Amino acid sequence: MTTTAAVRGLTYWLFRYRRTWRGSIVISVVNPLFFMIALGLGLGKLIDDRPNPQLHGHTYAEFIVPGLLVAAVMQTAFLEAAGPVFQSTRPTGNYRSASATPLRPADIFHGHLLFWLLRAAQNAILFIAVCACFGAVDLVHATLLVPIAVLVAVAFCAPASAWAVTVDRPAKLNMMFRFVILPLYMFSGTFFPIEQLPSWLQPVAWATPLWHGIDLARGVALDTATLPLTLIHVAYLAAFTAAGIAFARRNYRRQLYV
Amino acid sequence: MTTAPLIEARDLTKTYVTSEPYTAVKGIDFEVRPGEAFGVLGANGAGKSSTMRMIACVSPVTSGTLRILGMDAARDGERIRARLGVVPQDDTLDTELTVRENLLIYGRYFGIPWKALRERCDQLLAFSRLEDKGSQAVSTLSGGMRRRLTIARALINQPEILLLDEPTTGLDPQARHLLWERLFQLKEDGVTLLLTTHYMDEAEQLCDRLVVMDAGKIVAEGSPADLIERHSTREVLELRFAAHERQLMIDKCAGVTERVEVLPDRLVLYTGDGESTLAAVHALGVRPAGAFVRRSTLEDVFLTLTGRSLVE
Repeated sequence: MTTTAAVRGLTYWLFRYRRTWRGSIVISVVNPLFFMIALGLGLGKLIDDRPNPQLHGHTYAEFIVPGLLVAAVMQTAFLEAAGPVFQSTRPTGNYRSASATPLRPADIFHGHLLFWLLRAAQNAILFIAVCACFGAVDLVHATLLVPIAVLVAVAFCAPASAWAVTVDRPAKLNMMFRFVILPLYMFSGTFFPIEQLPSWLQPVAWATPLWHGIDLARGVALDTATLPLTLIHVAYLAAFTAAGIAFARRNYRRQLYV
Repeated sequence: MTTAPLIEARDLTKTYVTSEPYTAVKGIDFEVRPGEAFGVLGANGAGKSSTMRMIACVSPVTSGTLRILGMDAARDGERIRARLGVVPQDDTLDTELTVRENLLIYGRYFGIPWKALRERCDQLLAFSRLEDKGSQAVSTLSGGMRRRLTIARALINQPEILLLDEPTTGLDPQARHLLWERLFQLKEDGVTLLLTTHYMDEAEQLCDRLVVMDAGKIVAEGSPADLIERHSTREVLELRFAAHERQLMIDKCAGVTERVEVLPDRLVLYTGDGESTLAAVHALGVRPAGAFVRRSTLEDVFLTLTGRSLVE
């Protein structure tokens, strides 16, 4: 019953996506393309000139692919969860019309979450495919990175939507992007190992879900993963997801049933 | 044949818990019977929309009981909503989708199988006179068309009760009449209508029975004719005066009829016979700039009950 209700909610988002899929695919391809050209071919050539123990014998391009993938997935997850949830919750939004039907607030949330999950998988596959064209990742590792990227996406979508459903002004969405998402992007080990950060900043990085996602993906991609660390990363991201879903279900109910 | 009420509210109360708690609905009782068109008439802020949202099961009841289709609104929200049609005051159509897609998506929310849904879409587009608009974007529709589409959407699950919150607010006269005609058709087909409005002509046109709400309470209940008979006189004499002698003339009219209302733009005298009251006014030396005799309407009922006009 609950599953079918969530699928009904998903149907709405798929209808909407029929209008925008071409543009979204262009973005999903162009984004990694630019990164690979600028960082893999440009910056990477500079770095690969000197032997670097942090790279474990890999090229810089191979090093940043998992970081870029996970960070890009986080960014897309936030952008697709925050703005649309805010719009949907407004008095004229689609959440309001769905609330008048047998769908419950939790069903409406689950339907949207399913859509984010599909989009994250699509986004990750395209991203990895572009990187593979540059020889920065092989097929086996690429296949392993996709589920990790989806886990990270859900770990961000769930809390982001739980928050966005309560937002009253669109300016708050921009602030969150600028002051939370962008710093995460910069300082969670996307472009360089966090050991390069000042020592007092490193514990901050350990606490961020993005670092767990990136370290997990990088360990798998560079074959440096250890079982305990992998388990910690997955557990941390799973806990973030579970808490986000619980808060979202509560907040959706409170906002849609006033 | 039993006529158990479809909607039954007892001491229904709604308090919004904010920094300043606000009670929008203050212990109202009413019943809506199968097949009738029931109206809730009131000015803005009277508690009409709050009442409608509770009946639509998207707003928890603070206290009292609310039974809809024999079920409890607090417990059976999903099952009740499955059998209701809701036309909200805010236009919640999806402007990113076409007319037809709006109906399809909404039908899927109710779990209607695709095949049956496509057929029903055709029927509803015809019913709402939008047959040739199916593939157009909602953003290209006029206000009246949008409202008709919203009604078509609300009918997708063949509801037993249709809730309409101020269905014609913001529409031009022609669009309103077309909408009323469609609602009348639904009533003929046996759909129970529950509508809120602040237009007395709408209430008179459509409602078999109505309640008048003011400041969260029901202040009167009955058929439009009943209410007029109980709370107003048969006829009404309206007088307008030139500004410079307005007050003098108003003073002269005092006591001509039992009830006289002074409104910002006119003087209203309640009487059984407007022409003879007008003669009596002339005999007192009153020289109105304009005089108009009409039958009493719900507007007069509202004025009597609340001391205010409906649309300010």
